[in-house]
Amino acid sequence: MQRLKYVLSEVMVGLWRNVTMTIAMIITMAVSLAMLGASGLMYMQVDSMKDFYYKNIEVAIFLDAEVTDAQRSELKTQLEGDPLVREVIYESKQQAYEKFKTMYADAPDLVNAVKEGQLPESFRVRLNNPEQFKQIFDKYENTEGIETIVDQRRLLDKIFNILGSVQNMALAAATVMAIAALLLVGNTIQVAAYSKRREVAVMKLVGASNWFIQAPFVLEAVVAGLIGSIIAFAGLAAFKGFLLDGSLRDLTDLLTRLSWGDVLLMFPLMAGVGGLVSAITAWVTLRFYLRV
Amino acid sequence: MIQLENVTKTYPKASRPSLDQVSCGIEKGEFVFFIGPSGSGKSTIIKLLLHEVTPNQGKVVVNGRDVTSMRSWKIPHFRRSIGCVFQDFRLLPNRTAYENVAFALEVIGKTKAVARRVVPEVLELVGLGGKEHRYPHELSGGEQQRVAVARAFVNRPLILLADEPTGNLDPDTSIEIMRLLDRINRTGTTVVMVTHDSNIVNQMRRRVVEIESGRIVRDQARGVYG
Repeated sequence: MQRLKYVLSEVMVGLWRNVTMTIAMIITMAVSLAMLGASGLMYMQVDSMKDFYYKNIEVAIFLDAEVTDAQRSELKTQLEGDPLVREVIYESKQQAYEKFKTMYADAPDLVNAVKEGQLPESFRVRLNNPEQFKQIFDKYENTEGIETIVDQRRLLDKIFNILGSVQNMALAAATVMAIAALLLVGNTIQVAAYSKRREVAVMKLVGASNWFIQAPFVLEAVVAGLIGSIIAFAGLAAFKGFLLDGSLRDLTDLLTRLSWGDVLLMFPLMAGVGGLVSAITAWVTLRFYLRV
Repeated sequence: MIQLENVTKTYPKASRPSLDQVSCGIEKGEFVFFIGPSGSGKSTIIKLLLHEVTPNQGKVVVNGRDVTSMRSWKIPHFRRSIGCVFQDFRLLPNRTAYENVAFALEVIGKTKAVARRVVPEVLELVGLGGKEHRYPHELSGGEQQRVAVARAFVNRPLILLADEPTGNLDPDTSIEIMRLLDRINRTGTTVVMVTHDSNIVNQMRRRVVEIESGRIVRDQARGVYG
């Protein structure tokens, strides 16, 4: 109990002794962890978007303007009997036009420019396995009466690729900041070990156990890491509260909504990574500077 | 109590060994001087006994335990049975005499209550009664060394190692410190002292082991400096 009190008071003294360095350490740690949290959120976001959109995804087989009734019904039976296909829905020219009208209801000029009958009729095909688009494409590509075959998944993949690369950039930034944070942790611990070298020498001499000598330094780094993760979490929460739910509302409605639960879930991740990584860095630094 | 068997220690980059095939045994309760010129290797013996360095060859046995093969996590506990005093005192400047001694107890897990009972006692023993709350800079060199001795002895170690404890003190003060070490020796504590202070060695008339260029050249039961 008393030793615990000693260790804790040493931690506070240690953080305070070198307060500018401590602040620098906490800030870089916070930025790095915020990046990490942001890329974690983005990962979950992309995941839930994939879930949402892939469920509704279709292969659209657009038919020629001059397609014959025989060709159309033959294609229909062929598609319905295809083992790759789960569901086939026919969309006539008129249905396509109705859909187009509702989709672009707020752009009347565009709707007026398109006349009924200009939009092609199509078969909307859902596959048992959306990955098998290529097989469908190869099979029906040269069938009479088909104009084009479009995989909507491909369009979505482009969006996901963009989101994915933003996520990677956030991860890369998190890594770079993490390296800076680790160097600062290492440096802070070195300074702390140096300023306490007399105490450490006496402790070693009289036989204080290694954990007792090292604990204040390691905990100092852990406390800084945890404070950094709290700041990072506050930053993420502010980002979600003020930007995503505030001024960027229109944009976020397009994507699936980010829930507070997801944001909250990032806290243990950031705190865990922040605390653990600082502890390991401090411990490794001590291995070099506090040889027993 | 202490057994050195064919111990050779060569520091990295050194051209010749600091200790070369040294064998020496010390019994419980003995008072032994290791003497010799600077660089003869006598301080290396203290470092070996504390496991601050490990020998290249040979065996070091302290308290019946082979120090050479001791696992590193056992070293702290092992050191609690050894007290140590140095030429430069190694006191913490921002702590009083009392706190310096109590620190040594607290960092090995003794409670404040134990410290309150034991520390005044040991400070009295070294002749610092009434000066418990002075800081090192408020004490003379001899008094600072007394605090260091109190800190080394507060755990009642089996062995007290002293590395030139009088090196920074004037002759009169040195003799007082020697009286103190002698008193500690009489409680049954084995004392090993490294020195090149001929005055003291000649006055004490205790066992003298002389080292030259890493070898033992003399081992005399009631020796003089030579």
